[in-house]
Amino acid sequence: MRLLVNKIFLALSILSAVIGLAFLAWILITLFMKGLSSFHFSLFVNDLIDGGLRNLIIGQMILAGLASLIGIPLGMTAGIYIQEYGQGKYASLIRDLSDIMMSAPSIVIGAFVYAIVVVPMGGTSGWAGAIALAIMMIPVVINTTDSMLSLVPRELREAGIALGASKYKVILDIVIKAAKVGIMTGILLAFARIIGETAPLLFTSETSNYFSLNLNESFPSLTVSIYDLANEPEEASRDLAWAASFILTVLVLIINLTGRFITRNKK
Amino acid sequence: MEKIFQKLSLASATLVFVLLIGIFLTLYSAAKPAIEEFGLHFIVNPAWNKEVPVTTTPDTKVSSTVATTDQALEDDTIADEDDDDMILDDDEEGDTATKTIYGGLVPIVGTLLSTLIALAFALPIAMGIAVFLAEIAPKNISNIVGIAIELLAAIPSIIFGMWGLYYFAPIIVDIVGGYQVSLLTAGLVLGVMILPFMAAITRDSMNTTPAVLKESAYALGATKFEVIKDIIFPYSKVGIIGSIILALGRALGETMAVAFLIGSIFELPKAINSPTISIPVAMANNFGEASGLGESALFYLALILFIISFAVISLAKFYFLKKAK
Repeated sequence: MRLLVNKIFLALSILSAVIGLAFLAWILITLFMKGLSSFHFSLFVNDLIDGGLRNLIIGQMILAGLASLIGIPLGMTAGIYIQEYGQGKYASLIRDLSDIMMSAPSIVIGAFVYAIVVVPMGGTSGWAGAIALAIMMIPVVINTTDSMLSLVPRELREAGIALGASKYKVILDIVIKAAKVGIMTGILLAFARIIGETAPLLFTSETSNYFSLNLNESFPSLTVSIYDLANEPEEASRDLAWAASFILTVLVLIINLTGRFITRNKK
Repeated sequence: MEKIFQKLSLASATLVFVLLIGIFLTLYSAAKPAIEEFGLHFIVNPAWNKEVPVTTTPDTKVSSTVATTDQALEDDTIADEDDDDMILDDDEEGDTATKTIYGGLVPIVGTLLSTLIALAFALPIAMGIAVFLAEIAPKNISNIVGIAIELLAAIPSIIFGMWGLYYFAPIIVDIVGGYQVSLLTAGLVLGVMILPFMAAITRDSMNTTPAVLKESAYALGATKFEVIKDIIFPYSKVGIIGSIILALGRALGETMAVAFLIGSIFELPKAINSPTISIPVAMANNFGEASGLGESALFYLALILFIISFAVISLAKFYFLKKAK
């Protein structure tokens, strides 16, 4: 009897894993079939107005890139503060708040940026989109920096200080170097996360059918356009949405796997 | 230089604090007109964007009726109640004073129910996967399956939405009937989405069980099931509950996967397979057209969502997951 219960339980557990993998396979196969059938290299040449995706892909990259330029330095220095400078209550309060912010609903962050950037500027803009994504990114970068720095042995820091280096020199030249791989992986994963975000961009950057590098006006976004296209009644628009989703997912998965590969090699 | 660097890092850390307070205050001040107008009654009021004749003070909020006409969908859903009044109001706008009222009950209920469905669906499967990864699978298989599950978590939510609408929902409709866009299909796709997240953090909690405990139980002749049930589960219970609540917090605020599937109409669901709306979806689909009191009401919803998820996440992080450490 005990053995039977055990067998059933193990079977159920394996079944769950199979279900989980089946969902992954189902989604990926759907994406590949639908995406590849509407995929064409002209998608990279034409803008959305001509039935291509060039402006959207470049736009999304710029938004995520700008967000990283804002988010990575802020997140890293905040992480350094928590781990290296802060003592006691304040540092751990910031750590907790950053953890909460990591799980805050992304649409709420979109609404916040709408109120503080879009309304004063008088309209949606690339800047607003990049700021919204940066706010999404900061807590993730803080979290990685914080936990990666905590893995650096104390002796390294002490050795640096014993040599007469000032504290910031020790942090920048020794501690960060030692934690470099881990932090880079974390940043890659954070980048992969924000590049696929839609909700914070809906009413901050919106999207545009045309190629644009002007961050003061509505800015082309791949994800927002996927949402618009997928809700269009025409088959052609939906096919384009599938092709765009395919490109987006491949991009996100490649960044993710690269991140994991780097850490694996390190080990 | 040392001083500058230290000050800079302190400033960045403080930014987190400022941002969170800023989000709260901004949402509150943007929601203020709606809060003053509707008060806490907003939470239990099922009407959204509904025109009612003004009875007591005729001079208030007449102007806010203008924005309503273009939202045909919402008008349809409430039309069955007071069709005649509406037509009257529209015809003689100058004479009869009306005001538009907003209530948050429908999206709040939609958010909670879709999250509950997601949880009910994802919980058993996530537990099974976590047990498989932590205890059953050999190391290398566990690693590969673990990475695959984490990749599932990395797929952008909008992809889940599209896949859910065009491939998953039709199958559900074949089985249980009802609409393709409904509370049920939205909840299930949401469940698929939080599944990997929940499985991964539950596995991490289970892995904290000391090997000595497990080995002692095996040495006494316990089966794998008994070890999991009597040793691992009691040991990591607090952490597992924390993980589940954290996943719940994620599900509450999810926008895109739900936006494709929930139907986006302001109507309480009559059955589990009829369409409704959730707070994030209400914001995603109505923010663009909204202005005045309508926009303020959306900010009110955002504030409610922010507070709920803040509370849920804090509960998970600071009660359960701290205790688990």
